[in-house]
Amino acid sequence: MKYVMEILPSLFSGAGMTLQIFFETLIFSLPLGILVSFGLSSRFAPLKWLLNFYVWLMRGTPLLLQLIFVFYGLPIVGLTFPRYMAALAAFVLNYTAYFAEIFRGGNQAIDRGQFEAAKVLQLTYGQTLRKIVIPQVIKIVLPSIGNEVINLVKDSSLVYVIGLGDLLRAGNLATARDVTLVPLVLVALIYLLLIGLCTLLLRQLEKHYSYYR
Amino acid sequence: MLEVKKLAKSFGNRQILQNMNFSLKDGEILTVVGPSGAGKTTLLRIVAGLERADAGSMNLDGEEYDLSQEERGAVGVVFQDFNLFPNMSVLENITLAPQLALKEDKEAAEAKAKELLAKLQMADKGGLYPYQLSGGQKQRVAIARALAMQPKMLCYDEPTSALDPALRDQVADLILSLKESGLTQLIITHDMDFAKKVADQVLEVKPLEG
Repeated sequence: MKYVMEILPSLFSGAGMTLQIFFETLIFSLPLGILVSFGLSSRFAPLKWLLNFYVWLMRGTPLLLQLIFVFYGLPIVGLTFPRYMAALAAFVLNYTAYFAEIFRGGNQAIDRGQFEAAKVLQLTYGQTLRKIVIPQVIKIVLPSIGNEVINLVKDSSLVYVIGLGDLLRAGNLATARDVTLVPLVLVALIYLLLIGLCTLLLRQLEKHYSYYR
Repeated sequence: MLEVKKLAKSFGNRQILQNMNFSLKDGEILTVVGPSGAGKTTLLRIVAGLERADAGSMNLDGEEYDLSQEERGAVGVVFQDFNLFPNMSVLENITLAPQLALKEDKEAAEAKAKELLAKLQMADKGGLYPYQLSGGQKQRVAIARALAMQPKMLCYDEPTSALDPALRDQVADLILSLKESGLTQLIITHDMDFAKKVADQVLEVKPLEG
């Protein structure tokens, strides 16, 4: 128990880094995902191709490779990012692609009649998206987004490869130093706790949107 | 007064509507009948601005519209499956467009919506969501939503098809009562009895040969 209390502070500070990556990735990639999803179904073909290529690239290569590429690869051609910036950029780029695909599916599920009704009511395209389409899309995509959000909590452990001190790294260091399983078990418990919280929050959100069908 | 002149529309090389002309006095009802595939719904979609014609013009209360463009102004539509906004209550469905497009303030829009609902015997339904309504009730919300925009004309796409046959006469009565308040109405239907019951004028659309 005494040992647990000794290593908890370093684990918590690692968890802080994990949470920072988690929240900042979500803050940027969710709105960007919505924007890209509209671009993916745009009638302007070059934009559509470009974004499709981007999504293919991001989903077609490992996130771990993308992290390494941004932090260790780009400096070779003269583009150097600070550690945290590199990690955040890679995560945002990667998750935006997944979110965009999820939102695109949601957009397609909206009946064309909704757009037509809005049009004859003289709403602008922007008003139609904001008041009618996006609220309905959010309800549809919430379960899939939840899945990705939970993945993100765990994926954030990949930053460890570029030397950021996240939760997994803190646990791994303690295990290597003290030759005991306890830190890794604690790390697992903290991840479980975080994901449990996420699950609860997502359930609440789904409940909030259950006022209509 | 509605006047449509020289309306023509084709999809690919299939001519759907050709040199179509009709006019309708204020407060009158025009029903458009004909077999499916004849272009009834296409006609409504063009008049409502949801589809561009190849040629033609429309004059509505002195306002001239080019039917090959999409701008139509004040034409209301009651869709076949109503297309209510499921994420909004009945009252929000009705007040959304007046607030956003006509810049009415919320209180005024709500007062007007409640008046409309009362007129349609739906006074107690304002707080419900579309999924909680029957087909006939949804249709009345769709009518109220269109009327809240003060249209010069209201178009219906098959207003009896999504309803219980027993409700048909109720819809006819409702349409006739709106006529009394001076509303010009255009109704697409394949139900001949219904068409004759409400119409001042019947326009028959036939599939074009070739």
